Amino acid sequence: MMTTIAEMPAGFADKVIAAQSTFRTVMDAMARPGSVQLIRAVSGVPAPMMRGAAAIALTLFDQDTPVWLDEKLATSGDVIKWIKFHTSAPVIADAAGSSFAVIADPTSLPEFDRFALGSPEYPDRSTTIVIQVASLSEGPAYRLSGPGIDGVTVLRAAIGVPDLADRLAENACRFPRGIDLLLVSGESIVALPRTTQFVAQEG
Amino acid sequence: MNAPTYNFAYLDEQTKRMIRRAILKAIAIPGYQVPFASREMPMPYGWGTGGVQVTAAILGPDDRLKVIDQGSDDTTNAISIRKFFQKTAGVAVTTSTVNATVIQTRHRIHEAQLGAHQVLVYQVPIPEPLRFLEPRETETRRMHALAEYGLIHVKLYEDIARFGHIATAYAYPVKVNARYVMDPSPTPKFDNPKMDNCEALQLFGAGREKRIYAIPPYTTVQSLDFEDYPFEPYKHKACCALCNAADSYLDEIVTDDKGSRMFVCSDTDYCETRQAQGHRGSENASPFAESRHA
Amino acid sequence: MYVAVKGGERAIENAHRLLAHERRGDRSVPEVSLDQISNQLSLAVDRVMTEGSLYDRELASLAIKQARGDMIEAIFLLRAFRATLPRFGSSEPIDTAQMQVRRRVSSTFKDMPGGQVLGATFDYTHRLLDPALMGEASPEQPSVVAEAEPGVMPRVTDILGRDGLIEPSPVEDPEHQVGDITRDSLSFPADRDLRLQNLARGDEGYLLALGYSTQRGYGRNHPFAGEIRVGEVSVEFVPEDLGFAVPLGSITLTECQMVNQFKGSDTEAPCFTRGYGLAFGQSERKVMSMALVDRALRARELGEDVKAPAQDEEFVLSHSDNVQSTGFVEHLKLPHYVDFQSELGLLRKLRKEFAEANEAPTPMQEAAE
Ligand SMILES: [Zn+2]
Repeated sequence: MMTTIAEMPAGFADKVIAAQSTFRTVMDAMARPGSVQLIRAVSGVPAPMMRGAAAIALTLFDQDTPVWLDEKLATSGDVIKWIKFHTSAPVIADAAGSSFAVIADPTSLPEFDRFALGSPEYPDRSTTIVIQVASLSEGPAYRLSGPGIDGVTVLRAAIGVPDLADRLAENACRFPRGIDLLLVSGESIVALPRTTQFVAQEG
Repeated sequence: MNAPTYNFAYLDEQTKRMIRRAILKAIAIPGYQVPFASREMPMPYGWGTGGVQVTAAILGPDDRLKVIDQGSDDTTNAISIRKFFQKTAGVAVTTSTVNATVIQTRHRIHEAQLGAHQVLVYQVPIPEPLRFLEPRETETRRMHALAEYGLIHVKLYEDIARFGHIATAYAYPVKVNARYVMDPSPTPKFDNPKMDNCEALQLFGAGREKRIYAIPPYTTVQSLDFEDYPFEPYKHKACCALCNAADSYLDEIVTDDKGSRMFVCSDTDYCETRQAQGHRGSENASPFAESRHA
Repeated sequence: MYVAVKGGERAIENAHRLLAHERRGDRSVPEVSLDQISNQLSLAVDRVMTEGSLYDRELASLAIKQARGDMIEAIFLLRAFRATLPRFGSSEPIDTAQMQVRRRVSSTFKDMPGGQVLGATFDYTHRLLDPALMGEASPEQPSVVAEAEPGVMPRVTDILGRDGLIEPSPVEDPEHQVGDITRDSLSFPADRDLRLQNLARGDEGYLLALGYSTQRGYGRNHPFAGEIRVGEVSVEFVPEDLGFAVPLGSITLTECQMVNQFKGSDTEAPCFTRGYGLAFGQSERKVMSMALVDRALRARELGEDVKAPAQDEEFVLSHSDNVQSTGFVEHLKLPHYVDFQSELGLLRKLRKEFAEANEAPTPMQEAAE
């Protein structure tokens, strides 16, 4: 069922302050991989997007950032309409041209090399993938290390991406090229930039 | 003609989004210079427009901003930038290093250790550490892509051959996370060790050259050197004449035309904090403090 | 007792007051109005609009007044204001073939459809200071010139193009979005759209020197001023919700089509090549210089050796912007004493070691090994 613009979920009430607060949360998450950060800004949310993913979209997407949506989001007409209306970002079919990708079904996340990986000269021209996951507080334990982490940190999360540790290891081999992940669960977010070593904890 | 009105923290939201995206990629690729569409700011290029744009993109109403130039809050350019954000963002400002959440700096890293709640924003004139060895962007970009840093080692080694030392006293190049060679901005090499494994996020903005780069917290930052010529930070062999500090970076003050000079802390907040704690240097004997001690 | 320098804030405020005072000058002299600047210093306004990248005569006049006539400062003021303006979209490409021409000269044909129109020009004035202008002069009214019929003034390059004598004008490629140097940082190699944008806002003096250098043999490209035209062109915009073009108004432009040395190969018939210049207002020196430099920068594309400064894309484009250049040159006024102290310390150490080495018989080579 399609909604009209009048029925569409709202964006941020105070655009400037909400975007700033959300950005700082994402920046802290990216600077401290594995740490769980809370998004405080409130907006309308088109199902099946999560609150955190909606806030990230309102904060970082615009006409200069092509966005790729997984099937679950793309087939919900409201999400595309909401993104276009509130952010003006073009929603594109080829993930390789995307600045951002949003994934509502982690089990069917395409291989990373389907996204933009950047070039050796411009490794920043790569996709940031926002993945909606079941939990960022409970689930299997992962040991994380790398820039932004004081030694080792443990993340418990139900992420749902098959072979995630292997894929991230492969991603690390491409450095400085590579994708960066933002995991979202409700209003919680965790960043896994390409520099983070990510291994399943034994036992 | 309508009087112009400006957004919170001056920049429009589209510009902020663009800068914010560049900052996130900069953090994800430590030491790599992310190109960004730097805007004309109402202060000249070369006077901190990169730092100002980064600060404007991250600053929020809950922040407390400190701005220093040459380590001091009271230098004219630091005052000018601080006033700009007071006016355009209504943000709280402070000269206290420990109380600040965002610190924008030119040419110094303050003495007090940075905490996890802080972000240090550097103003950068020439972000490319290889620029004076190779003026072409196409070439330096290729060198970074291949991590081909022989040229800069050759330069440092030529210094040793000619002078017996590495003759770089400031803007001393570092390697970040064992991958990218990075320009720390023209800070004295005395400050280089403070960048290594730092608790705070460090962001670098070069407005005229249109680059943003970052060092995430807890990241290795190694000053380039050789096994037989290890990196050595330099400072004047003296104590501060005001607070007697022996561990701070000192400015040399010429006091007459006969060659007399004294040394004082370049970090004014550090020096004043120490003086408030009762530390006294040779030029600053306090009768009150002494009588209290007596 | 030593007291650290304080009171910077008050010093700045005083400096601002002094500046405002000096800008005003002798208060018994009437203040100059924006209308006076716009009308009587119109070429200054044109330059500030061009390099300031904003077509607004009133604001450009204000900038010149506020900058006390310092053109680069005025350009900077206008740019900084422009950077804060919201962007509604891009206009439709303007069509200079439809220009309401006020002046048009060609050095390649004695006559052509529409003819030569000399218009208002310094070109054939004798450069003698005019004492009549020391007071209030009221010049004679010019004799009324019949306006040229629209459409009867084809561009000289179009005339050459019909016979294939000049390379075709580049055709818009719907696949390739025209770049925007104000929204993306320039990367190299840069395509011609970006190069031309860079040159359009580039410093007139810098482009003049570079263009001149090509004439003196540093990347010579045999230029002929195919045509320079000055006049009014209408600007149209397609609002997304309307779907058709609406006129926004008309602007004054100067265009230069330079006709340059021919190229050709075994597979291609030889033809002239192009250099292009465009600026707001009447800015002939600017567009001619720009066209020379544009042509020089096409060396790579046309298979010529890149040897001269004007052909060196990174060099030319990286240093053309006077707002950037002046900022960085003038930033040397800012305190650098931390770096200087650091350098001083190193220098003292090296001199001490030098002195010791020259006293003692320890050879310097040891350090070098
Ligand atoms: Zn001190």
